[in-house]
Amino acid sequence: MLRKKMNGDAKSVRLSSALQVQAHGAVDRRTFLRNSGLAIGGLAAVSAVAGRVQKAEAAGAAAGGKVDIKKTVCTHCSVGCTIMAEVQNGVWIGQEPGFDSPFNLGAHCAKGAAAREHAHGDRRLKYPMKLVAGKWTRIGWDVAINEIGDKMLQIRQTSGQDSVYWMGSAKHSNEQAYLFRKFAAFWGTNNVDHQARICHSTTVAGVANTWGYGAMTNSYNDIMKTKAMFLIGGNPAEAHPVSLQHLLKAKEQNNAAFIVCDPRFTRTAAHATEYVRFRSGTDIALIWGLLWHIFENGWEDKEYIRKRVWGMDFVREEVKKWTPEEVENVTGVPGAQMRRVAKTLASSKPATVIWCMGGTQHTVGNANVRAYCILQLALGNVGVAGGGTNIFRGHDNVQGATDFGVEPITLPGYYGLIEGAWKHWARVWDVPYDWVLGRFKDKKLMEAAGIPLSRWADGVLETKENVEQPDTLKAMVFWGHAPNSQTRGPDLKKAFEKLDLLVVIDPHPTVSAVLHDRTDGVYLLPAATQYETVGSVTASNRSLQWREKVFGPFFEAKSDHEIMYLFAKKFGFEKELFKNIKVEGNEPVVEDITREFNKGMWTIGYTGQSPERLKLHMANQHTFDKVTLRANGGPCDGDYYGLPWPCWGTAAMKHPGTPNLYDTSKSVAEGGLNFRVNFGLTVKGQANDKWAKNDPVADSLLAVESYPVGNEIKDGHPPVSMGMLMKMGWDKDLTPEELAVIQKIGGDKPENVLWTVDMSGGIQRVAIKHGVAPFGNGKARCVVWNFPDGVPLHREPLYTNRRDLLPKYATHSDRKLNRLPLLFESIQKRDVAKEYPIILTSGRLVEYEGGGEEQRSNPWLAELQQNMFVEMNPADANNLGIKDGQQVWVEGPEKGKAKVMAMVTERVGKGVAFMPFHFGGHFQGKDLRSKYPAGADPIVLGESANTVTTYGYDVVTQMQETKTTLCKIWRA
Amino acid sequence: MARMKFLCDAERCIECNACVTACKNEHEVPWGINRRRVVTINDGKPGERSISVACMHCSDAPCAAVCPVDCFYQTEEGVVLHNKDLCIGCGYCFYACPFGAPQYPQASNFGTRGKMDKCTFCAGGPEKNEEVQFKKYGRNRLAEGKLPLCAEMCSTKALLAGDGDVVSSIYRERVVTRGFGSGAWGWGKAFPGQSG
Repeated sequence: MLRKKMNGDAKSVRLSSALQVQAHGAVDRRTFLRNSGLAIGGLAAVSAVAGRVQKAEAAGAAAGGKVDIKKTVCTHCSVGCTIMAEVQNGVWIGQEPGFDSPFNLGAHCAKGAAAREHAHGDRRLKYPMKLVAGKWTRIGWDVAINEIGDKMLQIRQTSGQDSVYWMGSAKHSNEQAYLFRKFAAFWGTNNVDHQARICHSTTVAGVANTWGYGAMTNSYNDIMKTKAMFLIGGNPAEAHPVSLQHLLKAKEQNNAAFIVCDPRFTRTAAHATEYVRFRSGTDIALIWGLLWHIFENGWEDKEYIRKRVWGMDFVREEVKKWTPEEVENVTGVPGAQMRRVAKTLASSKPATVIWCMGGTQHTVGNANVRAYCILQLALGNVGVAGGGTNIFRGHDNVQGATDFGVEPITLPGYYGLIEGAWKHWARVWDVPYDWVLGRFKDKKLMEAAGIPLSRWADGVLETKENVEQPDTLKAMVFWGHAPNSQTRGPDLKKAFEKLDLLVVIDPHPTVSAVLHDRTDGVYLLPAATQYETVGSVTASNRSLQWREKVFGPFFEAKSDHEIMYLFAKKFGFEKELFKNIKVEGNEPVVEDITREFNKGMWTIGYTGQSPERLKLHMANQHTFDKVTLRANGGPCDGDYYGLPWPCWGTAAMKHPGTPNLYDTSKSVAEGGLNFRVNFGLTVKGQANDKWAKNDPVADSLLAVESYPVGNEIKDGHPPVSMGMLMKMGWDKDLTPEELAVIQKIGGDKPENVLWTVDMSGGIQRVAIKHGVAPFGNGKARCVVWNFPDGVPLHREPLYTNRRDLLPKYATHSDRKLNRLPLLFESIQKRDVAKEYPIILTSGRLVEYEGGGEEQRSNPWLAELQQNMFVEMNPADANNLGIKDGQQVWVEGPEKGKAKVMAMVTERVGKGVAFMPFHFGGHFQGKDLRSKYPAGADPIVLGESANTVTTYGYDVVTQMQETKTTLCKIWRA
Repeated sequence: MARMKFLCDAERCIECNACVTACKNEHEVPWGINRRRVVTINDGKPGERSISVACMHCSDAPCAAVCPVDCFYQTEEGVVLHNKDLCIGCGYCFYACPFGAPQYPQASNFGTRGKMDKCTFCAGGPEKNEEVQFKKYGRNRLAEGKLPLCAEMCSTKALLAGDGDVVSSIYRERVVTRGFGSGAWGWGKAFPGQSG
């Protein structure tokens, strides 16, 4: 019997499908089952045999009591899996599959399926603690806030506000992330950042500079429509397991090619139709090698390039150099395989390109991601369903935290730090611009990018003269961040020890509590997890989901927004910070924060997602199509699930969200788009216009004969402003209220008011009414002239094993960036390849995430990965006299070393070693368990891979290099 | 009457271990007891495949055939369960089982194995008291109209559980879909010497 496929999974035939509609309506299961004996038919017989209908009482909950279902979202990766928590008397007693969620259809990975342990285990930081003479001492919240606050205010006096660093988190909800950035601004610094810096910062910068927005263009679900998947530097089978559900469906149902390029034969590669093993750090050479075949054979999409792409000629010139022989020499991939892959991609339309940290975490990360984009532009695959660049973000809300500008380079919404940006946000915050300015040391520091997270230790350790701010960093706040995810462990230890004040705000003590040998000046504050509060979270595909509170907060933990309120009160700016946000007790109302950012996030369309709309989506998940994500009937009819940004205009405009970016087959009002105009209208006259051909047509950055359905201009056009509306005669479509707001913002020059600062949403509304994308209709660009390498160029890693290639492919010159010196050639100059002959790369395990503190404290997960290890090829192991399971030392060229277990496997090629980066709590052979506060130590400890990793940062974003360094290994 | 069966689709299994932790979450089995585990063959090499294994609830269960105290019984849905009050922890079933399903708690004095523990297909066990049943055998999801949580939460829908007829029809459909193009077996099988 062939059933009609709905989802191709057990869902449609599940015995209990009759239960589903009611299941999330918080119906008491006992009552329900009593009433539904008929509905479940054959099941009644099962019950009769197997005993009474029952629910075991866990965690000592009193017998009886109503069982509520709370819907929340898993906090482990960016897929956004719905978790259905069964709660009885405030206790999380069970977890059921969320079959209605279009993202996960009930599925979880090991981490999601073990989420309940959060409310079950007690290896948490339970109350505020302070290090006194080397001992952890319990203190009260009020004492903690007072002491930390006083110390910070003192540092502010002596060293300036920039000497306090606010490290935020991809674990924050959107509301908390937004509030955190605002909080840092009100403290008066741009020294604020979060995990995106070491995750996808190169993607965000590289991709946004190519075509407008630096996010995943399509969605996990949309991959079900693809004909070929090209994965490079990603292992979603371990990092985003539930996404494989969608990938494998494309493979099975569309017979889609599944090409995995990685130095390591990953668990994802095990399911590939083609595995391409290449040398770590040679992505650009690999992509240019594919384009060489594509251009050579004329397989590129010429019409698409003519209409929608600028600068492909310059790429063509560079690609000419990458003959099959040169590609094989640099990457190690045989010519025949390169040709086969290129042909598969060219003949399978649409094809999608997927990448993760393997592409981004390099000194050339920004150029890697641009090369991937250019490959897709050449094939005409961007802006189509089943195509695009599907960039899998890592954390559950790293997309949201990036969007809300928890970064040293911008305010929320990528507005940057220029005066206009500050003025816009001052209007949204409803505080005078001059008041905000007064919070900073001066206007120069207010508009200067801060120190990136990846470089905080250098901000502490550098001399005062070398740091372009009044003083070095004196206080660090780790607010939801594990330091073992950062490279150069021994340097981090030194920096921890040099600080005046270290504050850790986290559900767990984290490695920050134990790595150093401090005896005082350290505070640990217990933060609530996202299961213990409410708020919205942005999945990788730009969809927002609303979390319900499941339980808690546990012990004395407080939600992040409450902690921000307490600090703001201590610093005396709580009235300004919460001017339009209601505070109940000490806890700001989360929905009010959502409503506030809805008023300001025009650039990327975080304006239509009101709390009410988001909650409606969560309650009606079952009405959304599992492939297109569009609601078919029901209260959300026509909306795309989670209103993926940009969701233009105000919530009242009811924009459905944009499922696939730059898709011209739909009108903008229906979620269509085109490439953004964000780099000027023409190349000529740019700060660096050596790429100009002095031909107005060739130099134009506006789209040609390409536009979304219903666009009344029917061609490329600049971003929309009030002036443009007036010219087109569309200003009369504005309501008097909208016009009043625009006039107030523009003063005597309302025509200068852009679509990004019009707080009425009128300009966007009217533009979309005429089928016009508010951000203009431009071409994607293949040359990013404002980056050091306009066209991506292959450059060898700082620690390369191929020194013979250096004359041709040397790295960048040393420079200064974001207040600090940034080294390239002076590191690469040192020849260590003989002493450290093995390439070392790192990555994830499915059971753990990030610094791993949370999962290593969870017995259900910890049991599955008890030992930190290094994967090495049998040939290397035999040459070094190492057997599987033996303890070995792994040392990097900067002398950081780790004692770990050898795992001898062909998963890594000859001359390559791999270490997972989630372990911590051991340091260079020493067990640090005794340094944890009692009862808060994770079950599993181990050496951090990043004790061994080395210097190296991306030339644009200062992304850390974790994927390519060198090492030597010997038996311990 | 439904005949309950597990099936793990090795083309889909990615060794994410969700089935393992889902089981621990649902039944709160202690550290060291794995009613379900994922086995990988050719680890790290081309041809690597994983499969999730637990008690397969055999129709003619070898464990039941060898048990000296006859503690096994089969429900009407074909779920193989056992009575821990009768079990003497001898380990005969461990020898007999082709899937390594029986688990034993940590060894105590005199090398006794303690009571055997295994997958119950989320069908509980022979115990009237809810709390005692949960502690001894875990939750009884079938009684609640639900299927085993390991399969319900499988990340890629590789692990299927339920009425054997339905499970096999889902799997058959997948096999037919995969037969697209070069066919389920590949041209190489049909025409020796051809690739694919």
